[in-house]
Order: sequence, then C-alpha cells, then structure tokens
Amino acid sequence: MSDLTNPGDKPEAPSPRFLDALRHHALFAPTISFLVLVLGTLRDLVPIIAVIAVFQLAILQQPFPNLGEILIGLVFVMFGLALFIKGLEMGLFPLSESLAQDFARKGSLFWLLFFSFALGFGTTVAEPALIAVAAEAGRTAAEGGVIEATPEAANDFAIGLRYTVAVSVGAGITLGVFRILKGWPVHWLIISGYVITVVLSFFAPDEIIGIAYDSGGVTTSTITVPLVTALGVGLSSMIRGRNPLIDGFGLIAFASLTPILFVLVYGMLM
Amino acid sequence: MEFLSDIGTVIVETLRDLAPLVGLILFFQIIVIRKRLANFKRVAIGFVYVVVGLSLFLIGLQSALFPLGETMAQQLTDPEFLGLVEGVAGAWYDYMWVYVFAAAIGFGTTIAEPALIAVADKAGAVSGGTINPWGLRLAVALGVSIGVTLGTFRIVTGVPLYWFIMAGYAIVILQTFFASRSIIPLAYDSGGVTTSTVTVPLVAALGLGLAANVPGRSPLIDGFGLIALASVFPIIAVLGYAQLTARFTRKSEAGDSIERK
Repeated sequence: MSDLTNPGDKPEAPSPRFLDALRHHALFAPTISFLVLVLGTLRDLVPIIAVIAVFQLAILQQPFPNLGEILIGLVFVMFGLALFIKGLEMGLFPLSESLAQDFARKGSLFWLLFFSFALGFGTTVAEPALIAVAAEAGRTAAEGGVIEATPEAANDFAIGLRYTVAVSVGAGITLGVFRILKGWPVHWLIISGYVITVVLSFFAPDEIIGIAYDSGGVTTSTITVPLVTALGVGLSSMIRGRNPLIDGFGLIAFASLTPILFVLVYGMLM
Repeated sequence: MEFLSDIGTVIVETLRDLAPLVGLILFFQIIVIRKRLANFKRVAIGFVYVVVGLSLFLIGLQSALFPLGETMAQQLTDPEFLGLVEGVAGAWYDYMWVYVFAAAIGFGTTIAEPALIAVADKAGAVSGGTINPWGLRLAVALGVSIGVTLGTFRIVTGVPLYWFIMAGYAIVILQTFFASRSIIPLAYDSGGVTTSTVTVPLVAALGLGLAANVPGRSPLIDGFGLIALASVFPIIAVLGYAQLTARFTRKSEAGDSIERK
C-alpha cells in the first residue's frame, strides 16, 4: 500500500513545470509577480469602480467633475499599493516574521512583550489607511473649529492621532501576546474592553467619538494584519498544548479595540 | 496635474512614516537577536519599493479615492436630484439612493476582499467542515453592507453613533455566550480585517461628504462612524452564521437518526 501512495511515483504534469521555470527565470520572475500584484490591487478597485459607474450611468446621470485626474489617481493607487506590498514582501515581512519566531522561541518574557509592543507601534505608524483617515480627521477638526483652522494645526492633530493609535495598537498586541501565554479566554478581555469604551463614550467630547470608533477599524490592514497574525500563530505553535488556530487569533481583535479606548482618552485630555 | 509637484514632500513624509518600523526592526535584529542581516541588498531594494509605492498610493488617494467618495456623497444628496427644497433636510426615506449606494459598496468591496477569503478558509478548517467558507464570506459581506448602510442612515438622521455601537456590542456579547469557544477569536478578528486599504479612505470620504451636504449635520460630529459600524457587524455576522450552521447540522443529524430508527 505504501508504495502506491509514495508521492515520488507520481509523474509531474509538464505545464506547471514550464510555468515554474518561467516564474523562476531571472528576467521574467520579478515582472510576472509584480503584474500579479497589480492585478490583485485592481481586484480591490473593481467593485468600487463598478458600483460607482452603475450609479453614475443609470441613476445620477450627471457629469463627473475631474474624471481625468481621478482616473490617473486610481492608476497611482493601483501601482502604488502593488509596489508597496511587493517591497514589504521582499524585506520587512520576512525580517519581522523571523524576528517574531526568534522572540517566541527565546523564552525571555520581557523581550517578547517589548517586541510585541514595537511591532504593533511600528506597523501602525506606517499603515496607509490610517494615514489617510487621520489626515481627513485633522482637516475636519480644523474646519469644525475644534483646533486652529490652519494646515499646520490639522497636520499636528493628524500626527497626534496616529501616534496615539500606534501606542494603543502596541499596547493591544502586548496584552494579546500576554493572553496567549497565559491562555486566558479572549472574550472576557474583549467584553470588558467594550464595557469600558461604552462608559468612556459618555464622558468623551462628542467631536472625538466618531473618530475614536473609526480608528479601531482603520488600524488593522495591509502591514499590521500579516505581521501580527504571524506573531500570534508562531507563538501559540511554540507553546505546548495550544492550538494555533484558536490561540493564534484574537490579536487583531485587541488591536482594533485598544485604539478606541486610547483615542477617547486622547480626546478627553485635549 | 498639480499633485505631481507634491511628490517630493510626500516621499519625505513617507520616509518619516516608515522610520519607526525600520528602526525598531533593525534594533531588534542587530542589538537584541545579534544576527547578521541576510540578503541585505534585497531588503534595501524592498525598502525603496515600499517608499515609492506608499508615496504613489497616498498621492492617488488624494486625487482619486477622496474625491470619488466626496463627489458621490454630494451628488446623491443634491436637493435637485432628490426633489427637495435647497437647505432643508428631507425625511430619512428621501435619501433612499444613499442607502442603496452604501449597501452596494459595502457588499461589493467585502465579498472579494483577500483578507476575508483567508479568514473564511481558516474558519472552515477550525470548524472541521461545519462552516462553509463561501457562506461565511456571504455572511460577512452582508454584515459590512448592513453596517455601512446603517452608518449612512445615522449620518442622515443625526442619531448619535454610540447608540448603534452600544446596540452592536450588546448583540456581540449575547452571541458570545452561545457561540462555541473555537469560533470566538476568529469572529472578533474578522471585524478588523474586512475593510481594505482601498475601501477605508473611500468610505471615510463618503461619510464626511454626506455630513457636509445633508442640511443640519456637522462633518466632525456626524461624519465619522461608517468604518466603526462596518467593523462591528461582521463579528455579529460570523457568530450568527456559526450558530445557524451548528443548529442546522445538529437538526439534520437528529433527523437522520430518527429516520434510521
């Protein structure tokens, strides 16, 4: 029986081999993998473009201002995001993944928690979606008269917001890693977090509440999710008796909750 | 193309945004772990890609995604289009097309989201086959769709955001008590991962544009919250979906055993 199931006996299909050769060819490999990435970001954009096009053509039927600039901007978004992800995969992702595994194996609680904080902080400062939303929040706050109505004040507000969120994501990841080590159930921590945010919402100024709740969903995307998931899954597969599929998840949940808390407090202190 | 002239400033800002991440990684690699950096050249080229890519993305964002969201909000709330009097807010049902647009954007961007596809496949593996990845994706996409639509409804009517959030949290907490332990962390995570880098700026601009154009609303107080609601409802959807499938499988198993008797 074992002879039959030996994978070495299987003849390999020729076409994947040809594609593999093409994929590993020094000249074609970078271009092909980059084109795949561009198509991937195009897939993100297609639903948006399709829905807007249907509304424009069938329902609104109005001229669209600056259509040319918007189309060029969309091409920038597509290539920019693809290049960004390609660059991350070449350098930062493998580096931080191997670091995450090293720290999980090292056994020093202090360095592990410190690394977790740094990873959450560093990835969040660089998160494109957060840069975008923080800039909008700064502009809105300046126009709404909460801060001075200057671009500098709006910029300061945006940077303050982003660093607050980054510190809170770092704290959230650290707490999440500690939870994995201790094996605490994730839901008790999250539910207490929910209760605290609701209580804080009554005391925080109205202007910050929307921004605070939005920053929870914004923080976890392109850079943070893959690196943090790698840390969690690596960690729980190192510890005996832990299921990576159960204990490895939950870090993102913490990273989405703590920003709400911290930004509410930031708004109260401002 | 005036935005091209900003490219230098954007690159400088991008370098500043990336500095903490790069600095910390180098610190841990060289000082704490004390390992040589393998493939230094590749890492350096990757870093250049990251800087250029992020700069291009941010420029494209300013000139495409934000204007798209704002223009859609402005055109969909145009009094002439809605048949309303200029400067007077209509009833909530006058803004029906806003809700339809929000629902379509929420559903369309989520169903094809790669992060969600990955989570759905893992959920299928954790559940040992009781959770169908496709069904789960559909559930989350509906969840995001309902979340964004409720968010636009809230902006139009001016109901405070925390009522919706509190109601959402209450539902999540209730569901948590009835959910199986293996699905909970995954469900909570799904709230964070479903909104992609492309969707978030567009949806944020849509909300701010709506609040700026509906009479009586302030962008600062009413304009945010779409992303928040789009992050709570997927949790409800995943927990609900897991519960429903668990109930149906149990029922059909019970039915099978009765038939066999």
